[in-house]
Amino acid sequence: MKVGVIVFPGSNCDRDMYHVLSDVFNLKTDFFWHEKSLPKDIDAIVLPGGFSYGDRLRAGVIAAHSPIISDVKKLAEKGIPILGVCNGFQILVESGLLPGVLLKNESLNFMCEWTNLIVNNNTTPFTNKLQINQKIPIPIANGEGRYFVDEESLKQLKKNNQIVFSYDEKVNGSISQIAGVCNSDGNVVGMMPHPERAAEAEINQIDHKPSSLIFESLIETVGMKN
Amino acid sequence: MKHIEKNIKRELTNTELQILAAEWSEHCSYKSSKKHLKMLPTTGPNVIVETGYDSGVLDVGDGYVVTVHIESHNHPSAVEPFGGAATGVGGVIRDILSAGTRPIALFDGLRFGNIENDVHAKWLFKNAVSGIADYGNCLGIPTIGGEVEFDVCYKNYALVDVAAVGFGKKSKLIKNHANVDDLVLLIGGSTGRDGVGGSQFASDALESEDRSAVQIPDPFIEKLIIEAILECRDENCINAMKDLGGGGLSCAISETAESLGIGIELDVKNVHLRESDLSPDEIMISESQERMLVISDQKNLSKIKQICDKFRIQCSVIGKVKKDKMMHVKNDDETLALLPADFVARGPLIDREKSKPEYLSKLLSSPTYEKQIPLSDILLKLLSSPNIASKHWVFRQYDHEVGIRTVIKPGFDASVLRLDNGKSLSVKIDGNPKHCYIDPRQGAIGCFEEACRNVVCTGATPIGMVDHLQFGNPEDPEIFWTFMESIEGITDFAKFLNIPCVGGKVSFYNETSDGPIKPTPLIGVLGLIEKSPLLPVPPSNDDVILLVGETKDELGGSEYYEYIHNFVGGVAPKVDFSESKKNMKSVLSLISKNLVKSVHDCSKGGLAIGISELCIFGKIGCDVNLSSSLSLEKILFSESHSRYILVVEKNNLDALKSILSHDACSFSELGIFSGDQIIFETDSNQILKLRVDKAENNYLNSLGKIIQNG
Repeated sequence: MKVGVIVFPGSNCDRDMYHVLSDVFNLKTDFFWHEKSLPKDIDAIVLPGGFSYGDRLRAGVIAAHSPIISDVKKLAEKGIPILGVCNGFQILVESGLLPGVLLKNESLNFMCEWTNLIVNNNTTPFTNKLQINQKIPIPIANGEGRYFVDEESLKQLKKNNQIVFSYDEKVNGSISQIAGVCNSDGNVVGMMPHPERAAEAEINQIDHKPSSLIFESLIETVGMKN
Repeated sequence: MKHIEKNIKRELTNTELQILAAEWSEHCSYKSSKKHLKMLPTTGPNVIVETGYDSGVLDVGDGYVVTVHIESHNHPSAVEPFGGAATGVGGVIRDILSAGTRPIALFDGLRFGNIENDVHAKWLFKNAVSGIADYGNCLGIPTIGGEVEFDVCYKNYALVDVAAVGFGKKSKLIKNHANVDDLVLLIGGSTGRDGVGGSQFASDALESEDRSAVQIPDPFIEKLIIEAILECRDENCINAMKDLGGGGLSCAISETAESLGIGIELDVKNVHLRESDLSPDEIMISESQERMLVISDQKNLSKIKQICDKFRIQCSVIGKVKKDKMMHVKNDDETLALLPADFVARGPLIDREKSKPEYLSKLLSSPTYEKQIPLSDILLKLLSSPNIASKHWVFRQYDHEVGIRTVIKPGFDASVLRLDNGKSLSVKIDGNPKHCYIDPRQGAIGCFEEACRNVVCTGATPIGMVDHLQFGNPEDPEIFWTFMESIEGITDFAKFLNIPCVGGKVSFYNETSDGPIKPTPLIGVLGLIEKSPLLPVPPSNDDVILLVGETKDELGGSEYYEYIHNFVGGVAPKVDFSESKKNMKSVLSLISKNLVKSVHDCSKGGLAIGISELCIFGKIGCDVNLSSSLSLEKILFSESHSRYILVVEKNNLDALKSILSHDACSFSELGIFSGDQIIFETDSNQILKLRVDKAENNYLNSLGKIIQNG
């Protein structure tokens, strides 16, 4: 199994994501610079967090026009599992692969805090080993993490089971406390919190197992390791 | 001027004068302090010394090194707090990068006027925090610790100190060297008019708000530079490297040439510019940010250009290495400056007069108060003092998790990072201007000891320190005396504990409209943990509270005197060297034997605050029995050093006490955690009782409330 971590200018969680995929879960992982193309036989793609293009204009909007995104779109259509975390989520939203927008947090400040996620959809490639309503202790770290969609779209999201994660408590003013969503096919998932920061006992002294299950779900989906 | 006439024997050109004005400013030349900084011990078993490093390097074993540096950006932050603080972060990061290591953590020490009644101080504070957050977060370098303090001596002013830690392989350190005909490259941001004269601006009392002397931050370019430089390092393209900081090109060129014993000829025409009409003199002294000076050779040039192209950052060949040890600045064929590099880099040093300040003899020994305030009320008020209350409002704005190394997060004693070789690094910075004002020598030693104590609380052995010495105008003998007292004290303690000083900085001319700031030395200590760190585990019911160390009659400069009684004076805490060493060693051995559940430093606010913080953390009350010959206020609020509050499970108590007795450490068993009230008693009389949830509310929310109200 081969996972690609896409690196944009200004990505800064790429190395963390690589470490978790490769060193913790033993997946064959490669970096792909945003100007490169993606191999056709890739099994999964992760868009890591960071500040692509320094968050200029609006978080994720410039990276959404990177050359590699057209490959990501093709692979998304083929049903390849794609995960966007934090800035990666913002890029997926800006590129139209996921619905909604991410606005400035209600506090208007950057927020780095631990919170609890609730699993709302356990049928995606990144959540199939989790239980519905299972809690995931996990950190958020963003300035523009407030998820928003209009009423009509929210109804659609609920109807299609596209809300993957929500916050256990009011965190940043997200509509319906949404923390992560998927596309209608369920293979493209975006989330604001950082599972790569919560999947090891050393740095997550609360409970690292639920976040680990996000990665183990991927392994389960794609099958054999390496 | 005589020094110039004697050495150059001709009239200087305008460019030469500009270069020397920048390089010989206090900020760059350390003309008042250089002689005295030599007294600090700089060698030790872990220290790696290389030519031309801007940061200290410590060997942490298994082929890995840690680098560390500290800087301040006080003048700029006092004028433009967002940009000033942000560029302060940027500068210190490039010093870490210069050694060929990746920056992995930031710490900042922030000091402002009284934010409770000074709107300007509040504005400076809010924006400095935003500036640091904006810059550090964008780079993906976690800000994992620091301190915030408010004191009226910083009215209309700001101290913004930033320390950075780097990590890398020893084999990949840049071994600064150069050969004749090597190329001199300028990589990164373009040169503009921002920060022109910044070093002179910083070497003067802040009288005007010279905003053009403040540099403009661009964290995105900095991030690209970090990645590009590290790629160049991996490709072995770099012979030598230096950050462009204070003094801009003038400083970087002369210091690089001097340290490598080479000459550098550069053409200002080749410097990539932000504004086309910049004069050569401005180019030489501009302090535009996000620039690195790299020495490479023709063979590696195309590789470097290729890497810079990948990251879309500019790379200009601005000059070449010569044999003649001269700094030669040209504009095409015209020579603008031609000076010996060592003459430029080694500014003339000055002997400053010193005399003991008169104010010291006028300080009263104790306050007089008319009526006694109930101790519970005092404790509640202290918990909400901006200097003691939780700094959660600050560090939640910093990404302190990125890099996935942060094992002990901000908000506890020292922060701990995991390293790639299975060891952990514990880091803390500490300052205490209130103590230092009353006793500059003991205050400085106290900051040092407090930082050591904090890393010891995580189970780490101190392996190195950095110091940042901030004072008013050194031309005033009384201020210079306080500087000398501080540095002598720090030297004595460093030698006694065998902790090498691996970096530091001196910042003078920190003057406000009301006079000089209080002496503000800041000490950062790095500790190494061979195995796992001692994590901050919340205390639970029946855990025993034990105090190691002695509480003394030392209320001078305490938060109790200053915040509750508005009194400046008394006797400041003194560090007893042998007690300090003994307690450190003994606490570390208790931790390694797994006999303690957690250890908390006892410092600001004294024992009452230390225990209350533990209660708030565990959401549990305590029953503490005090017996001492000292008065209650002294036992509760004195800030004596070398003290540790131990949380011990009952079944470990006997073994722990026998070790402490064997080590001849002074200790006392104070009580247990239980219930939902913080209760202190003496001779079975209850003297203080406070509900934990009430204490928690004040402690956690008061800083945020002050910011929001107004």
